Amino acid sequence: MGTLYAIFVDPFMQMGSAPDLLVQTLWEGLVAGVLYALIALGFVLIFKASGVFNFAQGIMVVFAALTLVGLYEKGVPAWIAVFLTLGVMFLLAVTIERVVLRPLVNQPDIILFMATFGITYFLIGFGESLFGGNPKQMIAGELGLPRGAVEVKMLGGFVAFQKIDIAAAVIASAMIAGLAVFFQYTRIGRALRAVADSHKAALSVGISLNQIWVIVWFAAGIVALVTGIMWGARSDVSFALEIVALKALPVLILGGFTSVPGAIVGGLLIGVGEKLGEFYWGPLIGGGIESWLAYFIALAFLLFRPQGLFGDKIIERI
Amino acid sequence: MRRTSLTRRAARGAAIGALIAAGAFSVPALAQDSVYFANNAYRTGPFSGSGIPIGDGMRDYITMINERDGGVNGVKIVYEECETGYDTKKSIECYEQAKAKGTIIYSPWSTGATLAAIPRAHVDKIPILSMAYGLSASADGNTFPWVFIPPLTYWDGASVMVRHMANELGGMDKLKGKKLGLIHLDAPFGKEPIPILENLAKKYGFEVKLYPVAAADMQNQGSLWLSIRRDRPDYLYNQGWGAMNPTAVKEAVKNGFPINKLVGVWWAGGDDDARAGGAEAKGYKSLNFNAAGTNFPVIQDIIKHVVDKGKSLAPKDKVGENLYNRGVYNSMLVVEAIRNAQKITGKKVVTGEDMRRGLEALNITEARLKEIGMEGFASPVKITCSDHSGHLKAYVAEWDGTKWTKGSDWMDPLKEEVRPVIEANAKDYAEKNAGWPKRTEACDTPS
Amino acid sequence: MFYRETGQFKTTYQADMAVFPIRQDRIGLAFILLVAFAVIPFVGSDFFISSVMIPFLVFSLAAIGLNILTGYTGLISLGTAAFMGVGAYSCYKLTTFFPGINIIVLILASGLVSAAIGVLFGLPSLRIKGFYLAVATLAAQFFLQWCFVRVPWLFNYNASGAIEVPQRLVFGVPVTGALATPETRYFVCLALVVVLTWFASNLVHGRIGRSWMAVRDMDIAAELMGIRLLNTKLLAFAVSSFYCGVAGAMMIFLWYGGGEAADVFSIRLSFNILFMVIIGGLGSLLGSFFGAAFLASLPTIMKFGLPAIGVPLSGATAEHVTFMLVGALIILFLIVEPHGLARLWQIGKQKLRTWPFPY
Repeated sequence: MGTLYAIFVDPFMQMGSAPDLLVQTLWEGLVAGVLYALIALGFVLIFKASGVFNFAQGIMVVFAALTLVGLYEKGVPAWIAVFLTLGVMFLLAVTIERVVLRPLVNQPDIILFMATFGITYFLIGFGESLFGGNPKQMIAGELGLPRGAVEVKMLGGFVAFQKIDIAAAVIASAMIAGLAVFFQYTRIGRALRAVADSHKAALSVGISLNQIWVIVWFAAGIVALVTGIMWGARSDVSFALEIVALKALPVLILGGFTSVPGAIVGGLLIGVGEKLGEFYWGPLIGGGIESWLAYFIALAFLLFRPQGLFGDKIIERI
Repeated sequence: MRRTSLTRRAARGAAIGALIAAGAFSVPALAQDSVYFANNAYRTGPFSGSGIPIGDGMRDYITMINERDGGVNGVKIVYEECETGYDTKKSIECYEQAKAKGTIIYSPWSTGATLAAIPRAHVDKIPILSMAYGLSASADGNTFPWVFIPPLTYWDGASVMVRHMANELGGMDKLKGKKLGLIHLDAPFGKEPIPILENLAKKYGFEVKLYPVAAADMQNQGSLWLSIRRDRPDYLYNQGWGAMNPTAVKEAVKNGFPINKLVGVWWAGGDDDARAGGAEAKGYKSLNFNAAGTNFPVIQDIIKHVVDKGKSLAPKDKVGENLYNRGVYNSMLVVEAIRNAQKITGKKVVTGEDMRRGLEALNITEARLKEIGMEGFASPVKITCSDHSGHLKAYVAEWDGTKWTKGSDWMDPLKEEVRPVIEANAKDYAEKNAGWPKRTEACDTPS
Repeated sequence: MFYRETGQFKTTYQADMAVFPIRQDRIGLAFILLVAFAVIPFVGSDFFISSVMIPFLVFSLAAIGLNILTGYTGLISLGTAAFMGVGAYSCYKLTTFFPGINIIVLILASGLVSAAIGVLFGLPSLRIKGFYLAVATLAAQFFLQWCFVRVPWLFNYNASGAIEVPQRLVFGVPVTGALATPETRYFVCLALVVVLTWFASNLVHGRIGRSWMAVRDMDIAAELMGIRLLNTKLLAFAVSSFYCGVAGAMMIFLWYGGGEAADVFSIRLSFNILFMVIIGGLGSLLGSFFGAAFLASLPTIMKFGLPAIGVPLSGATAEHVTFMLVGALIILFLIVEPHGLARLWQIGKQKLRTWPFPY
């Protein structure tokens, strides 16, 4: 009885008695969710266009952020450093396409997955030997990102909205919207969707697969840079950030590997779900459940819709 | 007793003999007059932010001793780093490598590596120096003759935290009804202080709240700080490491937790950890047992003999940072132990077994600290055969926005609370590790 | 020229179905076993045995376990490390409860516990496929790892949350604990790996193995042919987890010798073992050994071997170079032969057979 009460009644009593904390939790969840969605977006972009499950997305986040900060430390002005970093990410995309993807074209998915692991290993060594392993401060102020918080009095308490979080939400939303427009209305975007539908058909109408791959990997690189700046501003830039990328995986199974809206909705659901779960139910079993809760949410969901929230229905034939 | 005093006399005689011989002929240090010291370092991986300054400090002090003094009494220290990336598998490899190369001492530099090395070291006869990390129970020298954990254990650290709280509140009796939150890495290292804090909480009537951080969520502490906002603890003790610390400081600033009530364990006292919080992190505290800054003869000597000659890996502005100085402190313990081992055994080139004796009788007095240029840098160190930690003093360091300053006086840990727990746990350890060797090593009286 | 089966005639069906139909292969295998049992323990240094050979054996066994699941049945799992952890923790609990029972028996028994947990987490595989399943097995990885930290019963309420490996004797010789010599531990590992590999080889070449492969190649078709998907997939999970569990128990009891176990069985290990399987060769037992040698032993050998032969690499730089080299080698091998090192080996053998007149 006591257990049931603790599970089913008490958390809701807490929510009711301190509504400001509930709002704060939801907000934190949303912000985390937006950032998860950003990482997941990087995965989705690449998976859609080339069927590669890109294990290297996490290290790309670190690499992009490190390059940015590293350049700044070498005396490059902040905004120029951003453009230079974009250039580096473009070079990276070209190199990966040329050295890794092109020779491996037409191989099974799992082989390409493995190849991205090779990229990860390489980038870890390469990034550390270039920039050193010590954590660096994200140059948030220099990039014009706000500091401090907006505190709103409401519901008998206060809710603090961090300006950096607001900025993260706005930038992430803008970015997602931009990508959606890009996919929907530009020539390249249409080509990308064509490739996602069928490689062979796209090839036959004269779309260059290689070019498309460079573009998606570059797009994933841009997403990685934005993610790196945002997460870096929340904590700092170090190789530990790579682990954060794993958070995007439950988002992916929830949202589907091929769906951009799925990544967004999935990200928000997972972000809010895990924060609520940890905050209200975590203490019952000792806390720290955030690390696996997201996977269980996604798993439970998956049993009912195996292709994810917005994933394409898989039709199998013999 | 008789035996020990005899050995001691013999040792002293031999030492004097060696001194005379060295003085009379002033033989230049031969190539074979060297000892090998393998140190684990992690300049790569997610924890490298803390590992790099520590490794630099250790390396530079040893280099300085070799450069300035030509080694310890003419014996050069061959120092080699083994890269672990803070990974237990690699640490075990490094241990095997160090053993194969005949290291005189093993410094694991991670709690996981220490736990894995303890059983081996007792068989291989290699002393482990786990300076203020590792297994707290290993402070019991009767059970763990080969492990040394000066100057204090995590349990002592937690008790210093309680004492600090009491000092600020105005007495132990004022602790009643207060709430202490423990933010900890959800791993053995992070969970170390829990039993002692719970004991103390019972005794002094305060409450302990636990806030575990999973390793995957080190940089993602949002919900944890919401819980802190809900529970409103009076003090927070942060048993964190690596990327977790700067994030915690940032989150504390963000969530409006009074930053001067947030106290980190000594490993949460990196300059980078505090810097992350920006100007608002002013007042962040961390326990400490070495001083930060370059204002000590020993650091000046390092700058003169190592850094300025381009023999250091550290950029000059990082010299004197808190974790750098802690590396220096650790190397100082090693060097003093070598010196002591030479004195006890009368040998110049000491072995691992001699080092164990040297460490066990280590007694670094205030005067000795002054001699080696460390006055005010650390508190005196005294290790005995039964007490391999010393449970020595620590203080609370305070971040003033740009550097670490001394935020309190040196405080003793609550030794009378900690010691029984240590002995009980040591006994337990020996029982669980069936076949644990009984201590057979003789005890040298400190000289 | 070097390698030819001319003149070896098969007179029975058994001989035709044999795993090693060519005499040279049998001789080669016998030679490898001879070296492993009789040469390495006496020639290899302690460092080589305990830091190269034992890890190699442990990872090989884990890779075989995952290969059964991923390579033979086509189910990708990222929870390998967690199942290894289950093995290690159950071995610890078992030896606490039954200190008198032979530790090798307990290591095998802890594989059974792991198999049970594996079946439980294998249930979603009936509805989920491919990378979705891979991510779903991450639930097992993170949940079980959380249990290793959070359930004090598992580590006997140890204050540091660590596993301690007690000394256990087999026929009067210490096998676990600090007094066990590297050679003893190596022999035990080797014996376990040889026996279990032999067992796995029989499994995958028999009816069960064929039904696994049928499911891998097309599960709907397999179902139509009368293979029960539920039983087959769960059996694959069970056998795979059994192997991983035994490997995990070996890892803590025969290699690490206790310590911070929860940290060891992290997601990183899961990924590593998956990559051993892929780079070694999916659906090949031999490939598991190659993969383990490549990803587990190569970095160690490079790190300690290169300085020993005079290449001036040390500390952090060595680590960086190792990382980059291993990454580049992975990509290179995949480009040269996407079907893994095992396939490369086969091609090499074929080339040797026909040399100098390839046709």
